Amino acid sequence: MKPGTRFLLGAGVVIAGVAGLIITGVKETGVFFLTPTQLVERTRSDPSFHDVGLKVGAKVVPGSVRRDQGTRTIAFSVSDGTSEFPVTYTGLVPDTFTDASNIEVIVEGKYGRDGVFHATEVLAKCGSRYEAEIKKSGKAA
Amino acid sequence: MTLLGQFSLWLALFAALWGAGVVFLGSWKARPELTESITRSTYGVAAALAVAAICLWKGLFAHDFNIEYVAQYTSRNLPMSYVFAAFWAGQKGSLLFWATILSLFGATAQTVTSKRHEGLLPYVAAITNLVVAFFVLTMLFSANPFERLPFTPEDGRGLNPQLQNPGMTIHPPMLYLGYISITIPFAFAVASLLSRRLDTGWIHAMRKWTILSWLFLSAGITLGMWWAYVELGWGGYWAWDPVENASLLPWLTMTAFLHSVMIQEKRGMLKRWNVGLVVASFLLSIFGTFITRSGVIASVHSFTQSNVGYFFLGFLLLAAILSFTLLYVRWPLLEPEARLESMASREAAFLFNNLALVGIAFSVLWGTLFPIISEAVRGTKITVGPPFFNRVNIPLGLFLVALTGIGPLIAWRKASAQNLRRQFIAPVITGVVVLAGLLAVGIWNGWALIAWALAGFVAGTVVQEFWRGVRARRRMHGESALAALTHLVSRNRRRYGGYIVHVGVITYIIAFAGNAFKVTREVTLATGESVELRSPFGHTYRLTHMGVSQYPQLNRFVSAASLDVRKDGRPDGRITSEKRQHVDSFNRNTFEPSTEVAIRSTLQEDLYVVYAGSVNGTDRATYAITINPLVMWVWIGAAILITGGLITMWPGGMAVQSRRRSDIQAGYEAPLVGAGPVS
Repeated sequence: MKPGTRFLLGAGVVIAGVAGLIITGVKETGVFFLTPTQLVERTRSDPSFHDVGLKVGAKVVPGSVRRDQGTRTIAFSVSDGTSEFPVTYTGLVPDTFTDASNIEVIVEGKYGRDGVFHATEVLAKCGSRYEAEIKKSGKAA
Repeated sequence: MTLLGQFSLWLALFAALWGAGVVFLGSWKARPELTESITRSTYGVAAALAVAAICLWKGLFAHDFNIEYVAQYTSRNLPMSYVFAAFWAGQKGSLLFWATILSLFGATAQTVTSKRHEGLLPYVAAITNLVVAFFVLTMLFSANPFERLPFTPEDGRGLNPQLQNPGMTIHPPMLYLGYISITIPFAFAVASLLSRRLDTGWIHAMRKWTILSWLFLSAGITLGMWWAYVELGWGGYWAWDPVENASLLPWLTMTAFLHSVMIQEKRGMLKRWNVGLVVASFLLSIFGTFITRSGVIASVHSFTQSNVGYFFLGFLLLAAILSFTLLYVRWPLLEPEARLESMASREAAFLFNNLALVGIAFSVLWGTLFPIISEAVRGTKITVGPPFFNRVNIPLGLFLVALTGIGPLIAWRKASAQNLRRQFIAPVITGVVVLAGLLAVGIWNGWALIAWALAGFVAGTVVQEFWRGVRARRRMHGESALAALTHLVSRNRRRYGGYIVHVGVITYIIAFAGNAFKVTREVTLATGESVELRSPFGHTYRLTHMGVSQYPQLNRFVSAASLDVRKDGRPDGRITSEKRQHVDSFNRNTFEPSTEVAIRSTLQEDLYVVYAGSVNGTDRATYAITINPLVMWVWIGAAILITGGLITMWPGGMAVQSRRRSDIQAGYEAPLVGAGPVS
């Protein structure tokens, strides 16, 4: 067998291996990323979805945040404008999770049959508020 | 001043389009004065953009808050060094930064490139000019740094506290320098295709730029890792976040390119592959900027959304279509001059190296884009995270580490059994000894074991090479060991610099494997209460909460929580983590509170403490404590890698003897330069 052909075979093995790892990787570690509305709809039509770990991206409902520093738990509600449900999380939330009025979060966890999302991870970011602020301070000036 | 800035942008655009236009409208070849004019256009572009850059800095330092960008990223009480760095803190400023630096690089390429390659230079100028023109167009029509507000705020918003950190000041420019400098090798590649100068001239001409860009990328990525580690406070340095991945992609293809280019130099193989790789690297650098700037992938990192994203997407598509069409058209002229002769050869090792690197790049790209792909194809978004990336990339990465040991030692063309034995016996034994040692100490984690054993193997190869080199010199010249070592490296900078880079790489790998042994704990302590942690190295840490103190400092209000540390029973000082609330000059809160992580580093492990807050109305403080093994070796690895890279680039040293040419192949014009001046 020519060395060039042998190399192509070897390369084929490597590529097949990578493809296999990628495909199984996605299948086994892929996580759904839904909006609250999509999640509510999905669990309504397929109740077994309550046991699936997934991510939800939504806005925190202003004023709904309750923290208990002693037990390091936090509870809040999220909404995408149409659907809303409460979230609970035990652990430390990032600094970006303030009590401001426009926090966007990505929570990972399960949507329980009790209608509460039990989060295992919380990421937060502040919605872009620059324009509103500048206009506000502009009027003051 | 913004008027001057705007005017300079337009001037730069016209100069750039003039230069490119002269090249593509053809009649310059017969008229040397037009060639001069093309080169001068790059100087003109650089000068105009330098003026624009100075205008923006002037606005920043003068606190001209009527300029939207100045109001958005600085405030009156911002320390001066951050006012300077605010230039690249936001999208508009970074576009200007990119355009200015690229124009400077373009002008430099015209000046320092050896006379031998002057046939390529007008085309190089055309390409650099066109890329600069794209950035200037984007600024003029979508993201103008000189835009003024209809009113003047009293004070600016200030710089995000997470960016007020020395590492974060250097990380973006360093990374941008890496991205930007890929444009030069890309320009040389396209220039060689356009001008039909398809010998290795273009490779020599851009060799130093390639290494430089690779070094900047390596430094930039590592600085990003360092910033994430000390500033973001989640306890690690790499999260496979889309923006992180975007910076890794061109690094992977450039690493592949650095290696495959050697095959083209020595054997005239892989010509088409190399062009493809450098084009891909350039496209990935633009793509990386696109991902970072357009927020197209849900990432907590992502920046503002605006239509700048469309500009980038359009440019990306246009550049891809044009480059690959050119490659297709010139395909017949890029015939390889030799074929692979054996699987046991350096060529084969390099081919597998490229395969592995491109494989990793593909999987990172796939994983990063998967949310978009899955949403487009199936209607629901599916994300993948660290488990996916680790699953695919750890085996590939370890395969690469093995190749790092095999490649430099195995013979060109065809390695004999005798050659293999002579070269690899000692390193393999080293690897096995390391493996046995680790097993004996009680380490059973599969991946870590393989990683460390392979690192031992590679270390063995490097030590063997240095040993044999020094021994040969001492025999031939009777030098002392130190003199022999110095001369050895100095006369073969590319080779031994490369070995040092490899040592840097395995240092990183050794450090990464340490992540498998992390220890974390979250705990709430009242004053006087303690917690005990045991590290994988066997150290016991007893941490006692001493209290929280609160005070104002510079442009912020600080709450500092201290822990008294006892390591293995002995006092080890105090470690303090802070929560900071930044304020503007009217003492109003700006941004959300940020946390300062406290880190106590040793070569073995880092004690990593984050103050998460206090329970209201009590003295009880919550801490997140992590013990991170081997983290210091990431930074040490970076230093080694960069030192090695600089050695390979350093001018001087001896050219590889021309007599080697005939061993390798005939009909080859360009001499193999060891480390000459940029040529």
